[in-house]
Amino acid sequence: MVELIAKTPCEGLLPLTVGGVSLTEDLPVSLTMITVRKERLEACSELLKSAHGMAMPKPNRATGTTDARAVWFGRDQALLVGPAVNWSLKNEATVVDQSDAWAVARLEGGGAEEVLARLVPVDLRGASFKRGHTARTMLGHMMVSVTRVGEQAFQIMTFRSMAKTLVHDLQRAMESVASRG
Amino acid sequence: MRVAGKGQVDRGKRVNFTFDGHRVQGFAGDTVASALLANDIKLVARSFKYHRPRGVIGAGSEEANALVTVGRGAHQEPNVRATVQEIYDGLEVRSQNRWPSLNVDLLAINDLAAPFLGAGFYYKTFMWPKAFWERVYEPIIRRSAGLGALSGAHNEDLYEKAFARCDVLVIGAGPAGLMAALTAARAGAEVLLADEDSVFGGRLNSEREEIDGIAAAEWAADVVDELAALPNVRLMLRTTVTGAYDQGTFGALERVSHHLSDAAGRPLECFWRIVAKRTILCAGAIERPIAFRNNDRPGIMSAAAVRTYVTRYGVAPGRAVTVFTNNDDGHRTARDLKAAGVHVTAVLDSRKDGPVGQGYPVIRGAEVCDAGGRKALESVTYRTVSGEEKLGTDCLAVSGGWNPSVHLTCHMNGRPEWREDIQSFGPVEGMVPGLTTAGACNGTFSTLGALLEGASKAREAVEVLGFERGAMDLPTAEDAPYNLTPLWAVAGNGRAWLDFQNDVTVKDVKQAAKENFRSVEHMKRYTTQGMAPDQGKISSMGALAVLADATGRGIPETGTTTFRPPFVPVSIAALGAGAQGIGFAPERFTTSHAVSVSDGAPMIEAGLWYRPSYYPKAGETKWRQSCDREVQLVRNAVGVCDVSTLGKIDIQGPDAGALLDFVYTNTFSTLKAGKVRYGLMLREDGTVMDDGTCARLGKDHFVMTTTTAAAGPVMRHLEYVYQCLRPELDVSMVSVTEQWAQFAVAGPKSRELLAGIVGEEIDNESFPFMGCGEVTVGGVRGRLFRISFSGELAYEIAVPARYGESLYQVLVQKAEALGGGAYGMEALNVLRIEKGFITHSEIHGRTTAFDIGMERMVSAKKDCIGKTMSERPGLSGAEREQLVGLKPVGAVKQLTAGAHLFEPDAEPVRENEQGYTTSVGFSPTTECFLGLAFLRNGRARHGQQVVMVDHLRGVTARCEVCDPVFFDPEGGRMRG
Repeated sequence: MVELIAKTPCEGLLPLTVGGVSLTEDLPVSLTMITVRKERLEACSELLKSAHGMAMPKPNRATGTTDARAVWFGRDQALLVGPAVNWSLKNEATVVDQSDAWAVARLEGGGAEEVLARLVPVDLRGASFKRGHTARTMLGHMMVSVTRVGEQAFQIMTFRSMAKTLVHDLQRAMESVASRG
Repeated sequence: MRVAGKGQVDRGKRVNFTFDGHRVQGFAGDTVASALLANDIKLVARSFKYHRPRGVIGAGSEEANALVTVGRGAHQEPNVRATVQEIYDGLEVRSQNRWPSLNVDLLAINDLAAPFLGAGFYYKTFMWPKAFWERVYEPIIRRSAGLGALSGAHNEDLYEKAFARCDVLVIGAGPAGLMAALTAARAGAEVLLADEDSVFGGRLNSEREEIDGIAAAEWAADVVDELAALPNVRLMLRTTVTGAYDQGTFGALERVSHHLSDAAGRPLECFWRIVAKRTILCAGAIERPIAFRNNDRPGIMSAAAVRTYVTRYGVAPGRAVTVFTNNDDGHRTARDLKAAGVHVTAVLDSRKDGPVGQGYPVIRGAEVCDAGGRKALESVTYRTVSGEEKLGTDCLAVSGGWNPSVHLTCHMNGRPEWREDIQSFGPVEGMVPGLTTAGACNGTFSTLGALLEGASKAREAVEVLGFERGAMDLPTAEDAPYNLTPLWAVAGNGRAWLDFQNDVTVKDVKQAAKENFRSVEHMKRYTTQGMAPDQGKISSMGALAVLADATGRGIPETGTTTFRPPFVPVSIAALGAGAQGIGFAPERFTTSHAVSVSDGAPMIEAGLWYRPSYYPKAGETKWRQSCDREVQLVRNAVGVCDVSTLGKIDIQGPDAGALLDFVYTNTFSTLKAGKVRYGLMLREDGTVMDDGTCARLGKDHFVMTTTTAAAGPVMRHLEYVYQCLRPELDVSMVSVTEQWAQFAVAGPKSRELLAGIVGEEIDNESFPFMGCGEVTVGGVRGRLFRISFSGELAYEIAVPARYGESLYQVLVQKAEALGGGAYGMEALNVLRIEKGFITHSEIHGRTTAFDIGMERMVSAKKDCIGKTMSERPGLSGAEREQLVGLKPVGAVKQLTAGAHLFEPDAEPVRENEQGYTTSVGFSPTTECFLGLAFLRNGRARHGQQVVMVDHLRGVTARCEVCDPVFFDPEGGRMRG
């Protein structure tokens, strides 16, 4: 009988604090891609509400709370971040486990917006990118999902295989921002 | 020379730096230019082509003469404008384009050869012999003409890129810019104020005048204080907006630590991309010179720059200063010099009606026609109706009027308009959408005019954005009229300089016109006027005025060349910030990466992925030894290889089968659950796009695999097909490439290995060839596929990626216990060549299903993407180059990929080409090199011989053409 040992995507890379900004790894129990079945958006949203307490997010929005959040991910798609999925969702959606596919990092601190302004082309200023707003965009050369999860906190997700580059790019930007004082 | 008690530099803070190794002292707040002038160093550069001695001409980013090299070693930066570079302790400045020294420059011999080096001399002189151009002429020209040089060392400086956004972007912080920023900020808009100087205020820091009863520089400082205290204002000093782009986007270069002796981790420069809803350009204006003989002598400067040096830096650029002007501004210089106690020799006013009686001598109707002194100005000769006179002077302040800085307005192809009142080109509203202009860059030259225009343009901008305009609080300030009578060039013999940076004279422009390069665009290119790093900021207007005169047209008819980004030179390092070294591209690592690296495996890049090439064991000194061993361990025992990089796409829904039938050439809707099928995908043009296996996990559930390289493109293709071609399908697609760590376990002992770790029965009956299903590994739910890319009994086992590293270690350990081990990409490649399996080396974008011998996989019973197009004539048949195998049969036993094939007796030239090799490898199984190749009508030529010629590597080998499957053609091993 073999025993397999689990490793997190950012193991050995995080946590990290530079200046007033910290970068930590988030470890949600589960990540699940929910793709709405053809013309079942409303029904799926209702089901998601009863199963996990949030509606299907509209484009560029995230619904739910810290413990269970549905992050818009693409056309008719949301990533459920947090709880183990309620498989009853299969009635209205395709449900695919992505728990191991994404590295989830949390960037937090007074300079977090300035750090992301070095790497992300989207307007992430507080007035235009509020809590509950999300974007599929680029961070440096990588495709990422960025969600504002707090006054000064962002959740950043990238492919698991790119975790090292994510940390490298963010660390550089954090140092750059910190150097300016 | 310093002027006692004048200037805004910090006299309490001395700063030491070196110029060409000599120690120079200045004060905090000085630029290199002001500090050199304060130390009476007038000769600072040599000109581009003729190596003529040059001094400082201006006081800002428009500087055409005083280009220097800053720093040493890898940090060396050439062509830095001395007028922009602030001094700091330890700064090293060197002059450039001189040999052996600035003072004694032997290349100044070029100046004597000037009659031969005029406009177009390259084209006329170096016509023959043809071969001499590259070998002789060009190296000589490049050595003798030029500016500073790069160090040649790797760039170690830090650079940064960043994005910024605002409601109102104000470019330039002179009177108009400050007023615009203040007005917009008070209205509540988010304002970004960028200025390329080290202090805000623009000309207000250089002029002796008052705003609202206080000194202009003080007024500016007060406004900046108010702006800095507002939360909705971002002030960006040392930031030059370099380009205007689509959608209100602007590029800007911030000099973050160029002025610091210790950067303390700060980047050297930051390249900003600023997105603004509205932009107010307040870039000011640039004073233009007047061309006359020897007007490039060190000591001949812009009159406004002379005021800057006196008023801002407390530096008199000469002890006896003469002013040459065609407008009232020159008199201002004389007044300021006088007020600072500097001797004014005379004001030579080309107009007959210039002002007099202000306490300094004025000679009306005078034109300077020559200048004396070589390395420093000694005298000027001027001409009036009563003849020529010589005047001893060590500085000549020249004002030919002002050119609005319209550069940015032209960046989106707009053309400025000639304005008779200011004798220059001015901006037109709407040249850049969302951008308006205020102040001197709009031709409004008085301080009061600039303040008012800045305020009113800002009010318009904020109103458009939905803010209250608010009351306008108008300051009082100077409002002198701009009296100018144009004078571009003083007639006479000798060379009169227009473009100082590229050594273009009035004669050159006239010569261009004479040789029929009459269009301003042709003149520019023929003479190279405006093509130096300064992009003609000082020279363009004068050059086209001279061209207009030479061609007998007016200036508006002659027109102007346009301005393109960047406004000032931008280092490539800043544009590419973050992309040096490993920043060039993201790195993708498999879960087994660290283990492979610690096992000594060199990595090869596959797209962004890093994959192990081979695993060297003790005693193996060459990669081939490791590769051969790894091939054999797969053939004889069991090998383990990480194949997680292959694309995996989860496809679900009642129409999943229908989608697959549409994108694959063969049928998948009939595949039974628990089975895997090999599939071929065509592009819409009928050539092969990708291949791979697709497993049916359940009735409505498939997992498609793609090649590593095509994972992204295939996903995109599926989305395209679904969204655009078959939107009626009820199907979903999710990439699960990253979710699963997947390993090939291949070899006769693979079943034995896996049976020991998976919970389920996997004998040949319960898990036959091309079967698939869920398995458990140590309590973890995984997937098992019985597929083979090696031709052996083989499986691919997948577990959630978090367990990838752990499973890999278990597999390798078990394999080693069975006489096997890990194998890398080299062995994988050899194994698949032995079996004739294709990769993107074969399906490289030009081959069809017919070419690779898979035309029977294009189902006749259904349509699929690319099917019709693949049936076009010419995409199949005997004329096509078809996939074959090659074995060396002559004396040379080596095959190389990318070589060309010829008939044995044919000359190996392009016309005789019969095909080419795509993949080769030494096969330890068959003990010879094997190759896959495309050969014209190849399938009919099995058994014949061809010659492989690799012209690049110099390899020629006689080969026998054979079936591409070299090993176990019946496939018994993988079914076993």
